[in-house]
This record gives sequence, C-alpha cells and structure tokens, in this order.
Amino acid sequence: MSNHLQNLNLKIWRQDGPADGGRFESYLVGSISDEASFLELLDVLNEQLIGEGEDAIAFDHDCREGICGTCSLMIDGQAHGPQRGTATCQLHMRKFASGDTIVVEPWRATAFPILKDLMVDRSPLDRIVEAGGFITAATGGAPDANIIPIPKPVADAAMDAAECIGCGACVAACPNGAANLFTAAKVSHLNLLPQGQAERWSRVEAMVETMDEHFGSCTNHGECEAACPKSISLDFIALMHKDYRRAKVKNRKLISQI
Amino acid sequence: MTDSLLQSNTPAGSIADKWDNYKADMKLVNPNNKRKFKVLVVGSGLAGASAAASLAELGYDVEVFTFHDSPRRAHSIAAQGGINAAKNYRGDGDSVHRLFYDTIKGGDFRAREGNVHRLAQVSVNIIDQMVAQGVPFAREYGGLLDTRSFGGSQLQRTFYARGQTGQQLLLGAYQQMARQIGLGTVKLWNRVELVDTVTVDGRCAGIVTRDLVTGEVRSHAGHATVLCTGGYGNAFFLSTNAMNCNVTAAWRAHRKGAYFANPCYTQIHPTCIPQADDTQSKLTLMSGSLRNDGRVWVPLNAGDNRAADEIPEAERDYYLERLYPSFGNLAPRDISSRAAKRAVDSGRGVGPLKNGVYLDFSAAISRLGKDVVKERYGNLFDMYERITGENPYDIPMRIYPASHYTMGGLWVDYELMTTIPGLYAAGEANFSDHGANRLGASALMQGLADGYFVLPYTIGNYLAPMLNKPVPGTDHEAFKTAENEARGRFQTFLDIKGTRSPDHFHRELGKIIWDRCGMERTAEGLQQALTDIPALYDEFKTDLRVTGTGSSVNQTLEKAGRVDDFFQLGMLMCRDALERNESCGGHFRAEYQDEEGEAQRDDDNFAHVAAWEFTGDPMKSNRHKEELEFETIHLAKRSYK
Repeated sequence: MSNHLQNLNLKIWRQDGPADGGRFESYLVGSISDEASFLELLDVLNEQLIGEGEDAIAFDHDCREGICGTCSLMIDGQAHGPQRGTATCQLHMRKFASGDTIVVEPWRATAFPILKDLMVDRSPLDRIVEAGGFITAATGGAPDANIIPIPKPVADAAMDAAECIGCGACVAACPNGAANLFTAAKVSHLNLLPQGQAERWSRVEAMVETMDEHFGSCTNHGECEAACPKSISLDFIALMHKDYRRAKVKNRKLISQI
Repeated sequence: MTDSLLQSNTPAGSIADKWDNYKADMKLVNPNNKRKFKVLVVGSGLAGASAAASLAELGYDVEVFTFHDSPRRAHSIAAQGGINAAKNYRGDGDSVHRLFYDTIKGGDFRAREGNVHRLAQVSVNIIDQMVAQGVPFAREYGGLLDTRSFGGSQLQRTFYARGQTGQQLLLGAYQQMARQIGLGTVKLWNRVELVDTVTVDGRCAGIVTRDLVTGEVRSHAGHATVLCTGGYGNAFFLSTNAMNCNVTAAWRAHRKGAYFANPCYTQIHPTCIPQADDTQSKLTLMSGSLRNDGRVWVPLNAGDNRAADEIPEAERDYYLERLYPSFGNLAPRDISSRAAKRAVDSGRGVGPLKNGVYLDFSAAISRLGKDVVKERYGNLFDMYERITGENPYDIPMRIYPASHYTMGGLWVDYELMTTIPGLYAAGEANFSDHGANRLGASALMQGLADGYFVLPYTIGNYLAPMLNKPVPGTDHEAFKTAENEARGRFQTFLDIKGTRSPDHFHRELGKIIWDRCGMERTAEGLQQALTDIPALYDEFKTDLRVTGTGSSVNQTLEKAGRVDDFFQLGMLMCRDALERNESCGGHFRAEYQDEEGEAQRDDDNFAHVAAWEFTGDPMKSNRHKEELEFETIHLAKRSYK
C-alpha cells in the first residue's frame, strides 16, 4: 500500500502572460500518495485551485513517460528535480518527505520567454533542427536498408546521441543559457552515421550558427549533462566542436569529403 | 448490403496488383502546378509529419497544425517496441503475403483486404526510407539490421531502436518535415488546436483553429485537409495515451458529415503498470517486446499472499504458456489481456492491490545473463523502477492491461478519404488497417505507410481535376459561421460556472466506459452505460466549472472542449458495441464466446464495417454498413493455441 506525504508547502512561480511581471505564490497540499508523480501533485493542486475558483497553474506536460520532452520545471533550483537521469514526469513523490517546502519555477533562459506560469516557449530549439538537423533523403528514392552496413558501436553511439528528448533542461541548467548539449546531440547523431556524411560539414556549420543566434555560449560548466534526463554525454559537445572547426576549412571548398 | 456512400473504391485486379494498378491509373499534377494547391495537415505525429514532408517535397503548399509546442512531441514518440516490415532479412520465411495474412488474421478478419495488402507492400519501403534518414535502428555486430519477434507473429520481422522505436521514427519524420519548414515549403502552426472543419458545397473547404496561447479563433482554407490526429483511447481517462491525446479533430469532422467507423474496436494492451492509487493520471506501458523474454504467471491458488520468490514452480500458473502453447507469452494483445483479467478476477492477482500479474525475467536472466537482458530492455527496466520503486532484475514486474490504441476511427476509402470529399484521415485517426485488433509493431508501420507512401499519391488524384478552379476562401460565410460557433462553444464552458472541473467529469466518464465497454462487454452493461453517460453529460453541461479566461493560456478550458467530445464519442462507442452482436478482436461480448471462453465471431451477420452517421445526437446516430469482401483470404477461426 502506498504511504502518504503530509503538508507539502509549494512555492510556485505565477505569471499571467509574457509581458507581465511574475511572483511566487505559496500553496499547501495537505496529503499526497508517495506513488504520485510530481506532475500528479500539480494535478491535485490544480483541482484544489479550481475548487476554490482560482485559475489553474499552467504547465507543459504530455506523455508522462519521460519520452516526449514536453514537461519542464525547475524544482528546488534543479532542472527536472533532484533525481538524476529523470524527467519531471517520472519523478515520484517518494523522493520527497512530509513537511518539505518545494520551490517550482519555469525554465529560466533568455531564449525561452515565459508564456504563462510554468510554461515557456522553446521554439528556438526547432529553429536549430530546421537549419540542418536532418539528412536530405526525399521520400521514395531510398536504397535498400541493408546496403550500407553500420558497425554496431557506431550505430550505438549515434543512438546514444539520438536519445535527446528536446526538453531544454540543458539550456535551463546552464549558467550561460547555452544549447550546446541539445545541438551537439543532434549534430552527433547524424554526423556519426554513414548516411549523414554528405551533409556533415554544412550541417554542423548551419546548426551551430543558428544556435549562436538564439542562445548563450558554452563555457564547459557541465551542468547540462547533470540535468539531462537522458544523461547525454558532454563528449558530444567536443565532437560537435571538432566538426565545426573542421567544417570551417572543409566548407570553404567542398573538394574533399574525408 | 454496402451503403452507397461507403464504396471502398478498391482498385480492380488480383490482390498483389491492386496498388500498382491504382498508381498506373491515377491522375497526376504537373510539378509546376503543385504549388497552386494548399494542403492542410492536422497533427504532426508519424502520419502527419511524413505526409507533410512528402507533400512539400513534391511541391504542394503545405500547412501543418499541432497543439504541441513542437511537432516532435506528438504521441507517436512514446511507441516503444518496434516496426514491422516484410523484409525477410532473417530468411525465416517472411513475405508481403505473410505480413498481409498475419495482419488480417490479427484483426480477426474485420479489416479491408486491399488496404492491408498495400500496407504490407509498402512496409519494406518504410525501413529503407527511415535508414536513409538516419534512424539508428539496432544492428548486428556485422553492421546489418537486427530484428526481433512480436506478439501475433511467428517470425522476426520487427525492426527496433532500443525501447524507443517510436521516438526515433518520429524524430526521423520530424526532421524531414523540419527541413521543409526551413526551406519555407511547410508553414508550421504550433500550440494551435483544431476546433472545427468546414464543408462548402459538399467538399471540405478547410478548418477552424483556436490558438492555445491567445485564444484567437481563425479559419484556414485549403484544397485538401488531412487529419492525422491519433486515436481516442483517452475516452477511458486512464490509458497509456499522452495526457493531451483527444478525439476532438475526428469528432468535429464526424459532426460535419464524416462517418465514424467501428468505435467499439479498442485495444487494451496487456503489459502496463497496474494502477497504484486514486490520484493516478495515466498508465504507463511496458513494451510488448518484453514478452519475448518475460514469462507471465500468477499463483496457482487464489489468496496466495507469499512474495514471488517464495512461490515454488509447481504452485505457479504460467497461464499463457498453458492455454496457448504455440504462441505462449507472445499471444496477441486482446487474448493476453482477457487472460490477465480472468486471472485477476479469479482472485489470483498480485501486488499490494491484487490488480496485476507477474512478468518474470528470472528464466531469461539465468539463460542469457543479466547483461544481455539489460542490453535488450535496460531502459524499460529503469523506467519501471522509477515508477514503482521496485527493481525488476530481482522482483518480477507486475503488469495489467490498459487502454492503449483504438482501431476504430474515421471511415476512409482506399484513398484514405473520409465520406467528406477533400477530407482525409491517416494513421490511428482512421479505421483502416487493423480490423478489430492491431498487432504489435504495426501502428508505426501504418502511420508511416499512410503518410509517406499512400497520401502523396491519392491526394494528387483528387486535386488534379481542381486545377485553376476557384475554391472558397476564409471570407466565405461558412467559415464565419463555424468561427462564431466555436467562440460561442468555448464561452459557454466559461459561463456555466458550476462546481466540478473537466478532469472530474473525465474521470467519472472514463470509469463508466472502462467498466461497461472495456475488456468484456455485455448487452446489459452497455444499456446501463447508455443511461449513465447521457445523465452524466447533462451534469457536465450544467455543473462544469472552468476558471480563468478565454484569452490566454487556459488548459482547463482546452480540457473542457475535449471532455465534451469524449462524452459524445462514449455514447457512440457503447452503441456500436451493443449493436455488434458477436465477439471479435478487442470487442469481446460475454454472450458470444465458445466453451473455452474464446471469442465467437458471427461472419454471416457481422463481416462488415459499421460506419456511423451523425444526426445531431450521438444517441440517435445512424448505423451504415460496408460489407467486407474476402477474395484472397479464407475466413477462419482465429486460433493461437
């Protein structure tokens, strides 16, 4: 049987709209099962608020299985809360204790304006992908899938990078508001694969430069890897930087694709 | 007899030639003329993203609408296990025909042959396409693609990317669409929800949307509209669907004249984590692929309260292996789910609430070693531990069935067009390919087949004759009327000022549908539901409370609209289940079972698609029939023993 936590004090950021000033509001949740997820705690609080005639707290969420990347939240100053390698939706109340005070804020980054309460606009991440985060392979002309063998370690490394869920925790955790881990994951996923070689140099250049238009610069703090719900490795940032440097030479004359 | 509106338009010829014959005869649009046609794609999951990308590559003017903040969030992303394709890379005897046969049989002979054969044919192209786009499928050490087996099949035809196949395929399709957005050939509308479709002179003229950030209601006109808006599994409230999955787009189209087919065909997935408490907002799926190596069991005797490791082998009932020796733990989903329900109903459930069965990996761990099991299912095991606090390497997982997928959906013909000309439905939103039960790893296949390899052809066939003919713009009166109706509808929710939230009503509604129209249905129970749902709906209309305003982000208001549509759909689900006096696939009527408790079909009276026409009240919708013609496959009892 589940146990219940009693008397949780929540300090939650409320903001009416992008142009409004925000403030912390305090709420008390009297009892919650330790089997509940953190987002279910907010569900319970919202039911309570609607019952009192108050506006419910806006927050992004969807799959609640840690894969869609929709949920966010800075919980006690940590992106996605205290549990390593875990998105907010998979964080459960058994990680907290009765009587705790929990501070809940939206992602804080210049590139992510707050839309309302805990909800932010992360669309600059999409702009980076649109700039080059793809392999140009129009529908219909693909050769047989087994025509290019890919060594298992290469496929596995590409998959390690491809696991990124695009939640933006790396940006929120970074003191500079940089999106290097996100960008590096996408660049590395595609640049590691044989199918990605044709556009390797143009891809990294376009993506890094689009990233720089929206986000801060990386100074190797490593907060991003610690906050990442998929534990994506900082090594991919090194790979991206290496490819970016080489691209500056390669792209001047695309004569050698080695 | 098939109703005159429900002509499937399946091309002539032998089953293997139909799709080629269609493509040879279809009308084409010149590359320079394609940009004159605007196609609206609603939804950005596998079907929507792949359709939008492919149509834009061909040259059409495409607009995509998603209620998410980014198209990459669509719920296709949560599919875990894999994607089927008749590649026969294993040399284990697979073929297009065999995948076609397995899918028809898996659907309990309630799907249309022509559509399913085309699905099997293009399955091989999907794998090629996705690899070319950089999807990091699992590989053998030699560098070739790895495959595994899945429920309802005796072959290893399932391609996978760890336990995140849906994520990787969706990112592939999303990236391909993102390229077109970057090139300016696809216009993206994010955080925008469809609230109505608009019909002018009998054809779909476009849609009306509501901006979820500003509340702005506006119209969009197009030459063709495609709904790729997923299924309606959240009608049950607790399901494995994402929180925002809803039936609104399909239901709004249904209200405007699109027939809704087989709403009672819902899939209850056997391997989900059992409900832990009353605050639970959703259930989490543990991939069906786990049944490759996990063994399902319950204690032999009811009331056995010992821990799993204290129960000796002789006192365990591996009921799937006992009842279905040739498929064992890989029996199809509907059959496995019912068997689990019966085990729990017999008092042999496990866990604190006695609401689950074991899925035990100890045999696999001793046979293969922990490392191999970790390699195959590591992320799933981690997820299980995060949710339950139990380590499945040491303690068997507990699982129980939950609503997962809906085979029913908008009726479409061979071209995936609904009964409204110019309005298409693809992916889970249509009813097309899975009959009464979907096989594992076939949803991803269908979404991508529809979007990549079917719609780009069939939409051209519709558009070609419309070249240089005027179509109504958003200033047409029909758009203005629809906009005003939508504004009025959302204002009504705000004005009720009752006492209970949309979530409260959704939970109550879901409980009725789960109890009466879930894994096992009876005429009596369905009749009860058809009294209870309208009564609760009346309360919803007078006692709903939506706080906040209509002019900024208001998730309570969004939810109210979605729950309103679930109420109406719930009535139709129960009516459809009540009218179908047989058991087939996911639709199990307790009155129709054989002496061994297996589903008993009635091919003489029910080998048809039931497609419902909206008449203003879902309690009074008209039932139409499309007779299913089996030219290739012989109808047989579906046995997995």
